[in-house]
Amino acid sequence: MSNAGEPHLVIKPQRRAAFFPWRDVLEYRDLLRILALRDVRLRYRQTAVGVLWVVLQPLIGAALFAFVFGAVANLPTGDARIPYFVFGFAGLLIWNTFLQIFQKASDSLVGNSGLVSKIYFPRIVLPLSTVRGVLLDFGVGAVVMSVLLVIYRIPPTFALLFLPVSMLMAILLALGLGFWTAALNVSYRDVRYVIPVLSQFLLWASPVAYAASSIPQSAQWLAAINPMVGILESFRWAVLGTPTMNWGSVVWSAVVSVVLFAVGAMIFQRAERRFADVI
Amino acid sequence: MSSDLAISVRGLSKEYRIAHMAQHSRVTEAAFAALKNVFRRQEYETFRALDDVSFDVKKGDVVGVVGRNGAGKSTLLKVLSRITEPTAGEVRLYGKVGSLLEVGTGFHPELTGRENIYLNGSILGMRERDIDRQFDAIVDFAEVERFLDTPVKRYSSGMYVRLAFAVAAHLNPEILIVDEVLAVGDTQFQQKCLGKMKDVSSQEGKTVLFVSHNIAAVKALCNKGLLLQGGKLKRQGSVDEVLAEYATRAPVAVQARYGKSSKLQLVDLLINGAQTAVGDIDFLEPLEIEFELEAIEPTPLCIPFFRWHDSNGVTLSEVWGPEESVDFQRYDGRFTFRLALERMSLMPGRYFIDFYMHDVAGKEVFSAPECVQLEVHPVALPGAPRAYEGRHGVLRLASRLSAHSIVSQQA
Repeated sequence: MSNAGEPHLVIKPQRRAAFFPWRDVLEYRDLLRILALRDVRLRYRQTAVGVLWVVLQPLIGAALFAFVFGAVANLPTGDARIPYFVFGFAGLLIWNTFLQIFQKASDSLVGNSGLVSKIYFPRIVLPLSTVRGVLLDFGVGAVVMSVLLVIYRIPPTFALLFLPVSMLMAILLALGLGFWTAALNVSYRDVRYVIPVLSQFLLWASPVAYAASSIPQSAQWLAAINPMVGILESFRWAVLGTPTMNWGSVVWSAVVSVVLFAVGAMIFQRAERRFADVI
Repeated sequence: MSSDLAISVRGLSKEYRIAHMAQHSRVTEAAFAALKNVFRRQEYETFRALDDVSFDVKKGDVVGVVGRNGAGKSTLLKVLSRITEPTAGEVRLYGKVGSLLEVGTGFHPELTGRENIYLNGSILGMRERDIDRQFDAIVDFAEVERFLDTPVKRYSSGMYVRLAFAVAAHLNPEILIVDEVLAVGDTQFQQKCLGKMKDVSSQEGKTVLFVSHNIAAVKALCNKGLLLQGGKLKRQGSVDEVLAEYATRAPVAVQARYGKSSKLQLVDLLINGAQTAVGDIDFLEPLEIEFELEAIEPTPLCIPFFRWHDSNGVTLSEVWGPEESVDFQRYDGRFTFRLALERMSLMPGRYFIDFYMHDVAGKEVFSAPECVQLEVHPVALPGAPRAYEGRHGVLRLASRLSAHSIVSQQA
C-alpha cells in the first residue's frame, strides 16, 4: 500500500525527458528479458532448418565475398595469413550484429503497435529488447568463427581482449540509430522503405567486404567520417590479429557511438508521449 | 490532503488533432496534392476528447464510468493508465495502477499459454517472481491447466479471454482500471469476472474503475458512478444517481445542430399523430413518425437516413432512403418524411432515432441525432399469460409460436 498523502504517481503533461530512463528500464527489466525471449522463441518457428540459418547466412555471405572480392577482383585482406573467406566472415559477423539491432529496433514500435496503444510500459524497452536475441545469433556465429580460426590455423592474440569494446560500439551505434528511426517510424512509415536502402549503402560504404586499407585515397574522407570503419577494423584486429590498426578511427567510432546513442535516447523520449496517439 | 484518496483528477483535458485531408480519387491527383502539401502546413482541427474533468475517487470505491460512445470514457482510462499524456491538468494516483483496456493485448498467438502468462504479466508490469507466485491461481482461475503448453492460437476465444482476464486480475494493483472486457466471453465467465472484481474491491480494499456499456454489470459491481458527456463530466455520485441520469438524459434538443447552414430546419415531429419528440408506445402496436422539414433554399440532391439505436448507443437498424425507394432528389419548401412500422417489434425499453440527410458525396446536409426518443411498454400478447420485458433482448423474432401434439395416423 502506498503512503497516505503522498501520491504514488503524478500524471502531468510534458514531463521532462531524462537523459536515459534507467529507473524505468530497471523496473521493467523482466519485461525486457521476456520480450527478448519471445523474439528468440518465435524467430525460427515454422522454418525447416531453424537455428542453422544463423550459421548459414554469414557463411553464404562470406563465400560470396571470397568469390567476388578475393577470387575475381583479387583484393588483398591486408594480411597475407588471412584468407578472404575468414576475413569476410569476421566482417559479416560484426556487421550483422549492428544491422540486425538497427533494423529490429527501428521496427520495434510499429511491430508492437497493439502493445503501445493499449498498455503502459517504458517504450524504450521495445528497441532495447532486440539486443539480446541478436547477441544470441552473434554467439552462434562466434562458435563458427572459432572453428574457422582453428581450421585456418590463425592463433588468437591479446587483441582479442578488445572484442567487447568493438561489440559495445556496434550495439550503441545501432541502438542510437534505432531509437531515432523507431520514433520516426511511428509518424512516417517512409522509414520502412528508407532503411533497406540505407543499409545497402552503409554496407558497401563500410569495409565489410574489403579491407580499410583497400580504400583509395580519393575516398578516404568518406572512411574518416564513417563510424563503422573503426568498429569493423577493431573487431577484425581483435579476432584475426590483423597487424594494421588505425586508432584514430576507433576513437572516432567510440565518440560517434556514444553521442548517437545519447541523442537517439533523448529523441526517443521526447517523441514517446505521442506514440499511443499516432501509431 | 485526505489519506483515503486513491485518484485525484484536476482540470484534465486531452486534445487530439485531426488532419483535414482532401479526398483524391486518382493516384496522380493525390501525388500532386501531396507534392503541394510538402511546403504547406497541414491544417488541423482540434478535438477535445476530455474537457476540464475533475473528480476524486476514494480508496475501496468501485466506480462505474458511463457515457455514450465518444463521451471520453476510453480516453480517460488511457490517460489514467499512462498510455497517453494529457494536454492539460493533473492526475494524482495514490497506489500502483493495473489496467486492462483490451483483453489479450500482448498475447502472442504462437506462444503457449504458459509463455503468454509470463509475457503478458510482465507487460502489465509484474515482476517475474510475482508471476511465479500467482501462476497457479491464474491457471486455476482461467481453467486452462490442460492446455498450458498449447500455443494460444489454438485456444477457443473463450479460453483466450479467460486467460487474459486471469492474468490482469492477479496483477495485484491498488487501483484496477478495466475497460469493456466483459463484452467478450460467456455469461458464466462474465459472472466470474464480476465476482473477482468485487472481491478485489470489497475484500482487499482496492479501488476499481470500470467502463462498461452493460448497465446491469455496472449496477451490480459499482457503488459510485461518473457520467461523461462530450468529454465533460456530467455527473458524479452514487451509482444509482448516475445511472438514473444516464438513462433519462433528455434527447438532444431538436433545434440543436442542423449542420452548418440553417437553410434546412426540422419544424415539426409527430409520433402517431401527436406533436412530441418523446413517444410512448405499446409493444407490437403500429408506429408512424412524421418528420416535417422546411428548406429555405432548394437543397442539393440528397437522401434521408435514420438510425435506430438503444440507450447504450448500439445501432439496431439503419434506414436509408434509396434502400426504401426514396432516391436522391432536391427538396424545396415544406416537406415531410414518414417512417412507419406496422408493429413495434422492439422489446420493451428505451430507443432513439438519429435523423440525417446526406448529399451525393455522402456529406451531411442535415443532422438531428437522437431527435426521437421512444419508450416501448410491455403488453401481454392476446391469450398469453406473461408479457415480454426488456431483459428478453432487443427484438422479438417470432410472429407465431404454437404447440402441436403428433398423433400416429396408422390404423
